[in-house]
Amino acid sequence: MDGIHDMGGMHGFGKVEPEANEPVFHAEWEARCLALNRAMGAAGAWTIDEGRAGIEELPPEVYLAHSYYGKWALRLENMVVKRGFAGADELAAGHALRPGKPVKRMFDLAIVDRTLSRGSFGREAQAPARFKTGDRVRTKNIHPVTHTRLPRYARGRVGVIEALRGCHVFPDSVAIGAGENPQWLYTVLFDGRELWGESADPALKVSIEAFEPYLEAA
Amino acid sequence: MAHDHGEDGEHPHGSELSEMQLRVRALETVLAEKGYLDPAALDKMIEAFETRIGPHIGARVVAKAWADAAFKQSLIADATKAVQALGLNNRVGDHLIAVENTPKLHNMIVCTLCSCYPWEVLGLPPVWYKSAPYRSRAVNDPRGVLADFGLTLPADTQIRVWDSTAETRFIVLPMRPPGTAGWSEDKLAALVTRDSMIGTGVPKNPQGVG
Repeated sequence: MDGIHDMGGMHGFGKVEPEANEPVFHAEWEARCLALNRAMGAAGAWTIDEGRAGIEELPPEVYLAHSYYGKWALRLENMVVKRGFAGADELAAGHALRPGKPVKRMFDLAIVDRTLSRGSFGREAQAPARFKTGDRVRTKNIHPVTHTRLPRYARGRVGVIEALRGCHVFPDSVAIGAGENPQWLYTVLFDGRELWGESADPALKVSIEAFEPYLEAA
Repeated sequence: MAHDHGEDGEHPHGSELSEMQLRVRALETVLAEKGYLDPAALDKMIEAFETRIGPHIGARVVAKAWADAAFKQSLIADATKAVQALGLNNRVGDHLIAVENTPKLHNMIVCTLCSCYPWEVLGLPPVWYKSAPYRSRAVNDPRGVLADFGLTLPADTQIRVWDSTAETRFIVLPMRPPGTAGWSEDKLAALVTRDSMIGTGVPKNPQGVG
């Protein structure tokens, strides 16, 4: 989806402003919001890719007007309603008005520790890798209206396969409910000038992690 | 936007706070009453992020790599396995990758699409890492970004930006500061800043630590 979330290379957002001695959370609701989002993921309500798509589907003006955890709260409201885990009337009332629907597992004390490690997204290869280290590849010029992890700034560009990272769950498929459809993942390295033109810093190189369906031989 | 106060005199940021507080509370109550989650488990997760999972873990990893050549080699070969072996944290998820700075190469980590970050070793990302200025500029103006952090690199130092667009996660292995020969891992770890492991900073000056 060519959304506002795909920010690489955009102009006009101003300076980066690091905060000295930044706290982990700036308000209690941020902590609850993070934990709630992760809890619903751990309960099996949706996958990480479906969750990312949920953020990307926020309208651009909403995306830009809300803080990071503000977006997470909106995403959570949207997704629990859309997927039938709660009704908008219940969120408005602040209480459940009906019983819940079954989840894969309740997020309880027994599974907290498990959620403090990242999930595993490596899968068995479905086919041999099409590219090897050192191959020149061109990223495809694709513009799916659904979730993708190929950023706009790196579409239709020639780079070099720097590393194979194994075979992984393919976000573009998972996010539309089309299954894991595992694909080879590569680190693809681009010269700064290939991405940004002649005025680019000559000492800049940028890599993306690209799934095989994003690539063709160059 | 200081003039843009609501009728109740509250600052717009303040109103987001109170509104969000209410909305998040409603979410928690409803989802708990529905039986999807136990609020005590939320408390436990939050406590872990506030007290246990943070950049001190990454700092131990970097200090060990500086002090122990064999460990450094294993870290570069397979960071997931190497960090796991240190037993500093819970199980380390797959595909952690350590990238090494040298006098000629400076690595920087970004996630232009969202907020992917090696949180198992660095804790939750700071606000700036998730912000539009960083995500937009890291890939085309990394030197400008570094200047925002007060860091200037020689013009011929190659800058390598890693955009975390998949489930691989990156941690920068910064250069060991000169003047630290013979230092213990504890002492070395105190030099390693969070930003030096993202690539927007360098380790602390050993003169200032002692």
